[in-house]
This record gives sequence, structure tokens and C-alpha cells, in this order.
Amino acid sequence: MALKLPIYMDHAATTPCDPRVVEAMLPYFTEKFGNSGSRNHWFGWEAEEGIDWAREQVAKLLGANEKEVIFTSGATESNNLAIKGAAEMYEKKPAGQTGRGHIITCIIEHKAVLDPVKRLVKEGFDATFLEPGADGIVTAKMVEAAMREDTILVSLMWANNEIGTINEVREIGALCRKRGVIFHTDGTQWAGKMPVNVEQDNIDLLSMSSHKIYGPKGVGALYVRRRNPRVRLVAQQDGGGQERGFRSGTHNVTGIVGMGKAAEIALKEMDAEGARLLKLRQKMENALTKAIDVSQINGHLEKRLPHLTNISFGFVEGEGLMMAIKDIACSSGSACTSASLEPSYVLKGLGVGDELAHSSLRLSLGRWTTEEQVDFAIENITKAVLKLRAMSPLYDMHKEGIDLSKIEWAHH
Amino acid sequence: MAYSPKVIDHYENPRNVGNFGTTADVKKRPDVGVGIVGAPECGDVMQLQILVDQETGKIKDAKFKTFGCGSAIASSSLATEWLKGRTIDEGLAIKNTQIVEELSLPPVKIHCSVLAEDAIRAAISDYKAKNPGAAGAAASTPASSASR
Repeated sequence: MALKLPIYMDHAATTPCDPRVVEAMLPYFTEKFGNSGSRNHWFGWEAEEGIDWAREQVAKLLGANEKEVIFTSGATESNNLAIKGAAEMYEKKPAGQTGRGHIITCIIEHKAVLDPVKRLVKEGFDATFLEPGADGIVTAKMVEAAMREDTILVSLMWANNEIGTINEVREIGALCRKRGVIFHTDGTQWAGKMPVNVEQDNIDLLSMSSHKIYGPKGVGALYVRRRNPRVRLVAQQDGGGQERGFRSGTHNVTGIVGMGKAAEIALKEMDAEGARLLKLRQKMENALTKAIDVSQINGHLEKRLPHLTNISFGFVEGEGLMMAIKDIACSSGSACTSASLEPSYVLKGLGVGDELAHSSLRLSLGRWTTEEQVDFAIENITKAVLKLRAMSPLYDMHKEGIDLSKIEWAHH
Repeated sequence: MAYSPKVIDHYENPRNVGNFGTTADVKKRPDVGVGIVGAPECGDVMQLQILVDQETGKIKDAKFKTFGCGSAIASSSLATEWLKGRTIDEGLAIKNTQIVEELSLPPVKIHCSVLAEDAIRAAISDYKAKNPGAAGAAASTPASSASR
């Protein structure tokens, strides 16, 4: 069978809806269209039933109680609610010379964590932005060293969205528990792909997204611990008091039901899917790094997600490379793929040189990625890198034995 | 972002890729002018080489190699096409705005055309530095341009 092009290898950005998810959602558009807040008639009850069912699925996926799951519009909102809501609830009062409290996060977090923390800093909180090593991993030791008397919140992602590396979540959670500090983890890239148990993993707050796990866009969840300790948050959106007052607003019933179905499927299939994708990723990485000299996998080689790889191909610029492989949808750390001229701050944060950051590709596999697609990607990426290297003045210099770092470049 | 058909054409069929010898070789050749502009950290490096008829000051051939995005590759490919057959002074008349127009570059890619213009100027000034008495070589010395 001919391969259908283009091929999608950007599952860390978003995933297609699973047809089973769409099927579960459909009745909620037309027949079961009620407002779950309508307590006095059948239409409202039906919608509420759908939400209750979905909440149960998400809770099971996380090893949590249904009452601990808050539906939101997505992981960005979950992160904002968790970070701002916890900071405002647990701030040191009265605000003295030491400020309102100390928050620990990391420089390679997603912007949806970094920017809320930066806003809190403007509003009188203090923050430490941890710098991971070259492997991209934040350890409990690093967190412990940054802890202070006035630390109120630690927010660290479970797995990184650009390089897939996995932080020491369980250990960091244990440390926070011991110190009485609230621990939030952005589980957007992790939950639904890898096992979660909020009890064993010592998590107080966990953000997740539906569209990263084959559910619809525009819906997400925040896990909020109810016991040992009971975590309280200052709501960031006020109104009708839905979601036990944590998040007002009429429920996105179709989206929530879709997310529930996606969570149900994820829990059943994640083990087999993870094992299958790991094999495909390893095949791809082995083939590419073997065929192309001066290429490197970014981040820790073992402690990372099974379906994601981030590879730098020296002397070739990422956007130029993506143009040569236009049949493969993926992303790059190159500056040219963004409006700014700065390459990926995540790769820079690892100490990957700017040049190699410009030369990186992120390939993320998913539920319907086939071996045939992987073979196609290997062949085409190799061809494209070799073609662009034949055009690259840097590759010539490298072959002539010139040390590129010793040249005085004219920066612009 | 969608690329213009001309950018795609230059990217897929780049004109005049190559050089007139290794870095060490071209340094010694008085008939070759070399311009290398940009920086790897910025995501673009252009290398432009011109082969000049030392009698007439005419650019007989031009070659490029570029590390960069599609627009950077297209801008340098176009520059080599435009340089061939011009005198070195006519080469200096090529402006980045003409490259922008020809390739329909969007605003975020204007720096690619600026880099191409810089590469042209760098290659020509390298040639002039190697040939202080050559045809047209005096035209852009600071003193003469100031007197205009």
C-alpha cells in the first residue's frame, strides 16, 4: 500500500482525536446537549452523568478520587490555576520584607508554568529557576538545595515537551511532603502516556491536557489533592461556582466526555503503546545517528519518554531541514521557526550550543505511527541532511579541520 | 509559513552551489573574492565567492554555500545569479530590497536578504583588498566615496 503523505510526527504538539473519542462525544452535541447546572430536568441530569463518568475515568488514570479532578480548558489553565491559586492561598502573611513566599521551578519548564511564576514574582513572590544539567533532568537533590524557610510551592514538569526527559517526580514529591511544601507537576506530556499514581508519586497538584492523549482540544484537568494534606487554591475564575468553586463556567460537556473517553483508552492501552513506540523510536534514532556523523540526541539517553526524540544534526539549520522534509510534520528548535531570532530556550538551558540548537529536530510518534512511516522518515531525513550539508559552508570548514568555535563570527 | 514559489525553486534547485577551492586555497587566489557573513549561533552563515576577470573587473563566476533556512539559501542562490556577468562595481549596486522583492520574502525573512547583500559586499571588498590597483578597486575606498 502506498504511504499516505504527509506523515504526522509531531504528537508532542497535539494528537488526532481517537475515533472512539469522537463517537463518545457525538450524542452530547445534539441529543444530550443539556447544561449540567440545570438541576431540575432530565437534560441537565444527562449532561451531569456524562461529566461524572468522565471524571471517574480521569481519576482512575491518575490513581485519584473523582472529587480531586477539576476540569479546565486545558493544561495552560490548569497550570495557571495551580500555581497562582496555590501561591495566593499559601502566601506568607503579612507580606514582610521577605516577600510573599518562595517558589521553585526550572528554566526549561513550559511557558505556561514560567510565565505564571514570573507574574507572581512581579507581584511580590520570590522564585528560584533551577538549571538542570546537560541531561535536562531536575533531581530531588537540586530541589532540596534550593529549598528555603519561606518556600511555599514547587512546580516542576513530569516530562519535558521538547526533549522528553523525565524529572525525579516521586522523589521531589517526597521531599516536598516532608517539608510541608505544595508540589505541582505539569503532567501534560506524561499523564495518559505513562503510569501515574498521585499517592505513590507524592503529588499535590497535577495538570494535564486532553488533546495530547487523543482527546479533543479545549479541555484539560487539574488534580487537586483532598487528603494528607488537603490542598486549597484561590480560584482564578469566579462565577457560577462549578467544579466545587475552583473553576466557574458552564461545563464543556462534549469536551469533558471526550477527555474521559481518551483517558479510559489511554489507561488500557498505554503499556502496549509505549513499548511499541519505544521500539520505533530506537530504530529511528539508531539509523539516523549511524547514517549521519556529528549528530546528537539531546537530553538524557534513558530517562525520557518512549515516543519522543530530539536530535541535532550539526552544520544543518533546522528550518532549512524541515523545508527539505516537508512530507514529515515535526518541529525544530531553530530560531527561524519562531518569530524571534532566539533558538529553543530549552536546548539552550541544557547548554546545547546555539548552533546545535538551531540544528535540532523534534520527532514525536503516536498511536497510528507505523514502521513504514518511520522507515520513510529515516530515509528522507538522511537524504535531506546530506543534501543540505553539501550546501553548508560550516560542514566544509569542519572537514577542513577548522574549529568553528575559534572563528570570530560577525553577529547580527 | 508558506514560501513563495521562487524561494521554493531556488531552495530545491539552488544555482551555483560550491566554491573555488578550500578555505586555504581561495585565500591565496587573487582572482577570487570571498565573503563569509553571519554566525552559526544566529542560525545563518553565508559564504559567497566571486571569480573575477582581473583585466576587466567582470565577475566571471560566483558560487555560494549557506547554512540557514530556505529563504537564506534562496537569497544567496539568487545573489550568485545576479552577480555573474556584472563588474564588481555593478555588483555593489545589488540591494537587499531587490532580493526581498524578487523572492517575495515576508518581513520575518528580510534579514536573509540583508545577509545576502552583506555577503556580496564582503566578497567584493575581499577581492579589492587582494587587488588594490585593479579596475574599479578605488571606487569604494572610504576617501573616494566620501568625496562624492
